[in-house]
Amino acid sequence: MSHTAPTALIAEDEPLLAQTLKTELAHAWPALQIVATVGDGASAVQQALQHQPDVLFFDIRMPGLSGLDAAAQLADEWPIESQPFPALVFVTAYDQYAVQAFEAQAVDYLLKPVQAARLQKTVDRIQQVLAHRPGSAAPLEATLVQLRGLLLAEAGAAATTATPLKLIQASSGNHIHLIPVEEVLYFEAADKYVRVMTPGHEYLIRTPLRELLPQLNLQVFWQVHRGTVVRASAIAQVTRDDAGKLWLQLRDSPERLSVSRLYAHLFKAM
Amino acid sequence: MRIDWITKLRDLFQVLAFCLAISALQYAFSPERPYEIGLVYSLLIGIATWAIIDFGRHFFPSSAETGWPTGLWGLALIFLGMVGGFLLGILGSDSWFGWSTWSSGNALRYSILINLLASASAGYYFYSTTKRSVLERQMVEERQHANEARLKLLETQLEPHMLFNTLANLRALIASDAARATDMLDRLIAYLRATLAASRQTSHSLSDEFDRLRDYLELMTVRMGPRLRYALELAPELARLPVPTLLLQPLVENSIQHGLEPKVEGGAITVCARRAGAVLTLEVIDTGVGLPADTNARTGFGLTQVRERLAATFGEQATIDLSPVASGGTRVTLSYPSAA
Repeated sequence: MSHTAPTALIAEDEPLLAQTLKTELAHAWPALQIVATVGDGASAVQQALQHQPDVLFFDIRMPGLSGLDAAAQLADEWPIESQPFPALVFVTAYDQYAVQAFEAQAVDYLLKPVQAARLQKTVDRIQQVLAHRPGSAAPLEATLVQLRGLLLAEAGAAATTATPLKLIQASSGNHIHLIPVEEVLYFEAADKYVRVMTPGHEYLIRTPLRELLPQLNLQVFWQVHRGTVVRASAIAQVTRDDAGKLWLQLRDSPERLSVSRLYAHLFKAM
Repeated sequence: MRIDWITKLRDLFQVLAFCLAISALQYAFSPERPYEIGLVYSLLIGIATWAIIDFGRHFFPSSAETGWPTGLWGLALIFLGMVGGFLLGILGSDSWFGWSTWSSGNALRYSILINLLASASAGYYFYSTTKRSVLERQMVEERQHANEARLKLLETQLEPHMLFNTLANLRALIASDAARATDMLDRLIAYLRATLAASRQTSHSLSDEFDRLRDYLELMTVRMGPRLRYALELAPELARLPVPTLLLQPLVENSIQHGLEPKVEGGAITVCARRAGAVLTLEVIDTGVGLPADTNARTGFGLTQVRERLAATFGEQATIDLSPVASGGTRVTLSYPSAA
């Protein structure tokens, strides 16, 4: 990548702030080319995959998909064999994830209003990272660790009453089914619902996965994908396919579940 | 079981002082009896009674606040302490002097009388000091609660995300469009002033309320651009009606934060007022993503706060109602009696 100009993508839903970041970057890093500016998380993922830039500036609060979720999805779909994962910079108005903890690491953080001196520090750091980029999966690994930490912090902030869930109540027609949580094989987000799978049955509930998660015992239930939480004891085996992707085979269900890169670290031979 | 020995020692000293006072009183009223007799009886009975009650209470289920057994257990323990302490004290003192109080009816009646009076006054003393310390602790806790609530309210009103994003926009405008920057700054000043004043001023006119909403919505329009459209509909004849200060603010904020911000294409907010008879109805309608499927979001801090303020001001006569809009979005309707 050293012969062509470095490229960047900006995802920021407030037009004035996107424009300002662009202007400030032109001063701090004249060689940097902004290949796309988008206003929501889904477009950020799509445009990033299309342009494969070297640097991503993601606002955290965006409509549709948040900056954190967009980064997680992008990490999963990124063609890591052909192109190293971009340097990631989150931009946010309010320090709610203890920003200091993330200084000088794989994922950088900028606070709004973005100030020139601070931006220059970030730019210097990214330039160093890009210069020494080995083209291996190592930077992605560091990015994934930090992304997991950020997503966990976000879930922790949302959890107000984390009383452990014992029974799932799912309605169908005039009935409400009570399902002991230990009988659940896995939860899967599906549009406006969450599918609750037990051996032989499927139920739908309306509580979103991100509200369900803090109420589950995380020793028992593992998140393996942005939209999938599986009971660990229900997993029979894990298979790696030719593309390097992990798949779960369950004991009491013919279905196979895919594991996202973000959570692949859960499965290692002892 | 954890025993606070410092407190126990303090209580023992108080009991000793009390016993000395009793024996001194006794001696003052019947100086013909040697001082030693009253002193020994009073000390032994007092210490035995105190020990039974104060150590005995750890063996009963006791209230977490006072550390004392609850209900009948408390009465039973005091009775046990009085009778047991009296018997033990008399037995001990009798063997000290080498005589028997039980055989002398007069001395026995005399001791029982003194014991009753002494126990009653000592009991009252310990009861009232315990109660006072419990009340003091409760007062400190209450004050802490009130402070936390006030802090949380302020943090909600000065939502940091809103504040810093607005400042970031302002910073951008200063360089590119100074006139618009000035206008935005003026609106931010009015918004901050109103927010801080709201804790002191309990009500203002509907036109003031709508002006503050316009300030806030204008700030948000600079930030969200064409993603936010709004309409404020207030008939001139309703402009002077009173409304609790910034009552609608949390509802409009909710509409933006939970309704329009998550939506990629944005949407519109309408705030309107109408009156039928003596009932004023205010509505906040948005074309956002609509109410979440579960009910947790309906008890959010903003909405709870509006509900509580309505109830505190108008009691049962005020209503607040959330409903989905058929074409997508949310409608919040609130009404309260308004005579003027």
